[in-house]
Amino acid sequence: MMASILILPERLVRLSTVDLIIVVFYFFLVLAIGWYLKGRANTGEDFFMAGREMTSWVAGLSFLSANLGALELMGWAGSAYQYGILATHWYWVGAIPAMLFLALVMMPFYYISKTHSVPGYLQLRFGESSRALSAVSFAFMTVLMSGVNMFAMAKVMQIVLGWDINFSIWVSSLTVAIYVTLGGLRSAIFNEVLQFFLIWAGALLIPILGLYEAGGWSQLKVQIAHRASDQYVHLWSTLGTFGNNPMGINWVGIVFGLGAVISMGYWTTDFLVVQRILAAKDIRSAQMAPIIGAGFKMFVPIIVILPGLLGLAVLPEKLVPESMALASGAHSYNDVLPLMLARYCGPGLLGLGVTALIAGFMSGMAGNVSAFTTVWTYDIYRPFINSKGSDHHYVNMGRWTTVIGVLISVGTAYLVMQFASIMDYVQALFSFFIAPLFGTVVLGMLWKRATGPGGFWGLLCGTLSSIGMWTWVKIDPTAIRYVALSPNAKGLAQDMFQALWSFAVCVTVTVVVSLATKPMPDAQLTGLVYGLTKIPSVGKLTLFQKPIFWAGVVTVVFVILNVLFW
Amino acid sequence: MQTGESISIWFFIGISLAGNGLLILAAGLYGLSHPPALPVVLSSLHADIWWGAILSAVGLFYSVHYRPAR
Repeated sequence: MMASILILPERLVRLSTVDLIIVVFYFFLVLAIGWYLKGRANTGEDFFMAGREMTSWVAGLSFLSANLGALELMGWAGSAYQYGILATHWYWVGAIPAMLFLALVMMPFYYISKTHSVPGYLQLRFGESSRALSAVSFAFMTVLMSGVNMFAMAKVMQIVLGWDINFSIWVSSLTVAIYVTLGGLRSAIFNEVLQFFLIWAGALLIPILGLYEAGGWSQLKVQIAHRASDQYVHLWSTLGTFGNNPMGINWVGIVFGLGAVISMGYWTTDFLVVQRILAAKDIRSAQMAPIIGAGFKMFVPIIVILPGLLGLAVLPEKLVPESMALASGAHSYNDVLPLMLARYCGPGLLGLGVTALIAGFMSGMAGNVSAFTTVWTYDIYRPFINSKGSDHHYVNMGRWTTVIGVLISVGTAYLVMQFASIMDYVQALFSFFIAPLFGTVVLGMLWKRATGPGGFWGLLCGTLSSIGMWTWVKIDPTAIRYVALSPNAKGLAQDMFQALWSFAVCVTVTVVVSLATKPMPDAQLTGLVYGLTKIPSVGKLTLFQKPIFWAGVVTVVFVILNVLFW
Repeated sequence: MQTGESISIWFFIGISLAGNGLLILAAGLYGLSHPPALPVVLSSLHADIWWGAILSAVGLFYSVHYRPAR
């Protein structure tokens, strides 16, 4: 009865009773976990840092899972349908080197400094002004992004399942608010690990059955070449020029823009993911966690990219861009994953697949909210509003901030519902901060001569240059020929080159201002900068216990995969 | 892989996989005697039965191995 009230006539799939039981079972389980963990979130370290007692496996899977949201899954499956195997770059060269860099180079400094957050590290290294700039921009954007994602996911639930948008927004956001308020970061992490398993359990059947139907990988390539183009199944060989591949990008944009700047910025300085690693129980676990995450990340294309490619080969209809879909009523690229789910999954399996999408959305939102709560409490409220509160006071502030953060997200979702163009602006705004922040943090960690004013002005100028380039292309679309170095460049190429230039501006300004200002004394930089920090011993480790060994294994597999799909 | 909790995260994951696996297996077995009017593609492979069985087995192993009283 309840389901029939909430379901609208148009929908991609129809859930049976057993599917609904599986969805309800998921909601019951996440609330039960939050309820169970409520007694273990009494101190600041417990609530904001999960007691810093996570094993490398839990921290690593949570680190990966925080990025494996439902929109990420559906969006990249759609991109694989649109651009072919090139979308895999966002999982391989656009993730693995950055994760290993975080593990081997940056993690020791984050961990030894015992900071609560990335803005917290900036305060220790560059002073309050850098922290304030980074914390305010991160908190503001995180909570807005959470709202944008909430609206987008509710929209997906309306299209796929016929669920009412208000129902999706309120049920999911209230559930997240309850379990994060009760259990803090630990509850968010536990649910992220649970989500990781649900996503694999719910999505892995699509590539298995799809490859069976297509007749294996070789036949799949033949069918894609026939129905689209041979360019869709090559990872590197089409990247010589902008016009030779469906994405309109070249290898410079992928290697330097994506691999060296955007992914480094995201995976090493976005507090949403780094927070999970800071919760590790010791420095070896903190280093192993991103390596474990990288090991699994390499295989995520099996459940994201492969369904998109299979859709190109086996779906009878031709999917179209979102704008055309709205006008014509056809299915868009972003519908490819639900379409493949509906193609192979009957009662029960369909419920698990839908649960995986809901779980992905909710844990992504919990990640945003828990990161926002920590940055607000430790990097804005405590230093600038009330520095004399007790630990208990800050935990209470964290709980209230969780609720308020969720409510702001809900408000943003409704704002986006009224003014859809806000979504594009918010997503663009978020990307402005990532590349320059990486420049500031990495210089801070590796170059002891970098000074406080250098860090602040580098971060500010890098961010402003990114906003400037974006505005320039928005006003005059032909300006992309200057930003991305080619008139044939497309949107994704602009993102890559914009990041590259803003990183370069940040580094240049930081270096120039630092050299013109007074150096910081070495004693002040101990524990924060390479060369002045003694990495604590983790005892005698066997070869198989050493992070560097497993980083080597991941690197070898990474190289083999890239050559295999060249 | 304990996390310092009296109930391990792996126990919750075991419960989730086992619960979902058993529901999917049951739906698959029911579908043998009551085939749906609009079967999915490759329904002859009975993915719900073997996938449900795999999830149940993995889930039950985790649930027992990481049970709280252990």
